[in-house]
Amino acid sequence: MAFMTGNVLRNLMGKYSTRLYPIEIRPAFEAYRGELYNEIEKCIFCQSCARKCPSQCISIDKEAGLWTCDPFACVYCGICVEACPVNCLHMKSTHRHVATEREMIEQKGTPPKPKKKAADGEAAAPAAEKKAKK
Amino acid sequence: MARTIIPFGPQHPVLPEPIHLKLVVEDEIVKEALPQLGYVHRGLEKLTEIRDFNQMIQIVERVCGICSKIHAMCFCQGVEEMMGIEVPERAKFLRVIWSELHRIHSHLLWLGLYADAFGFESVFMQFWRIREKIMDINEATAGNRVIVSVNVVGGTRADLSPEQCNWILQELDWVEKETKRLQAVMLDDYTVKKRTVGVGVLTREQAYALGAAGPTLRGSGVAQDMRQFKYAAFDKIDFAPVTAPDGDCYSRGKVRFLETLQSVDLVRQAISRMPQGEIATKFKGNPEGELVTRVEQPRGELLYYLKGNGTKFLERVRIRTPTFANIPPLLAMLPGCELADVPVIALSIDPCISCTER
Repeated sequence: MAFMTGNVLRNLMGKYSTRLYPIEIRPAFEAYRGELYNEIEKCIFCQSCARKCPSQCISIDKEAGLWTCDPFACVYCGICVEACPVNCLHMKSTHRHVATEREMIEQKGTPPKPKKKAADGEAAAPAAEKKAKK
Repeated sequence: MARTIIPFGPQHPVLPEPIHLKLVVEDEIVKEALPQLGYVHRGLEKLTEIRDFNQMIQIVERVCGICSKIHAMCFCQGVEEMMGIEVPERAKFLRVIWSELHRIHSHLLWLGLYADAFGFESVFMQFWRIREKIMDINEATAGNRVIVSVNVVGGTRADLSPEQCNWILQELDWVEKETKRLQAVMLDDYTVKKRTVGVGVLTREQAYALGAAGPTLRGSGVAQDMRQFKYAAFDKIDFAPVTAPDGDCYSRGKVRFLETLQSVDLVRQAISRMPQGEIATKFKGNPEGELVTRVEQPRGELLYYLKGNGTKFLERVRIRTPTFANIPPLLAMLPGCELADVPVIALSIDPCISCTER
């Protein structure tokens, strides 16, 4: 009986174990691997992230300067962030919001100009690509 | 009385995952149980043909949703041994810390589900309330609640700062205190004992002969634990397996309960003895050769067979999980028990069916 009374009092006086979720939200932990984004101005389109990705969710069009990530295939492991040679990939400490439509994360940047002019006479990189950040 | 066959599962309130047992009953007494598996086969081993050995770490982590870290650790150990990579001491201790945290939260999850199986729902909620602290530790230190993804071939990806270590120790004090408060309910309560003592008995000889693993084996009095083989940093940590002699559901529950407290102690030891230094070794080349590597999962012995052929794709990855080893003992426990005790007995081996079918 004494054991029970202690428990009852503790439950009545103690703090709640749960949160009133939509009103009270726990601050995110700093190290949490949330939404992936690319600082596209810094990106050199080297494709290291796409090659190392275990779920093959990143696709890169070097010619057009297009970086695409399928957030539904991404497993949020953070391998790409570590593989990036120019540190342009980052992970936010919050997860993505609920979506009603299946959208890809598409970011458009300027592809780097080739260092050597192509000997065949044809310019490999189309210079007309404008910086069009989403 | 004529024999009747009663299907148990694949959808059943006590089963978190699908396994089907055909129970042959006479009156209310089970005479025979026939298992049927294959509801959640995902073909993860086959993926080794199209994913290289570094990418396979993230895939083997997804074999089990509870002890992901331990699967990845086992795989990495195998590849490191094949390639002759020396893992830094600090990385070994970090691996022990995260794997023991996984063991704590797996056992707390199981204790909750087990309490729920014999109808003690408030204890179920209490255990899961404690478990939430461990999930927070995982999220804050490794970046995710379950799939922590901290292992790489050659070491670990994440490190623990001294502040984080202190915070983990503080949180573990709370976890230990709260778990000990539930000891009186789990181990001494009259109602709980009525449902578990003498139910689903597996004798020491049966357990050994049928190849039981983990707490199912130790609950029958056999002191066998893969951590005795001193993988990772267990050579520098004091460890002795927890056993209970009777081989019934109560013994298996007791082993898991005491292992939870033991794991808290192991994390404390690992944090206090962890040296400074590098957390990963750089390496070149591809694995070649074949080997078998074993670690202790919360459910028992986990075995990986790896075969490399000198390319970045492994030729074969074969995973044997402890639940697979524990299904024959389960079938030996069931005959002679009452139909109402089947959920408790089936849960007492801690079935992880997604693991088993990969």
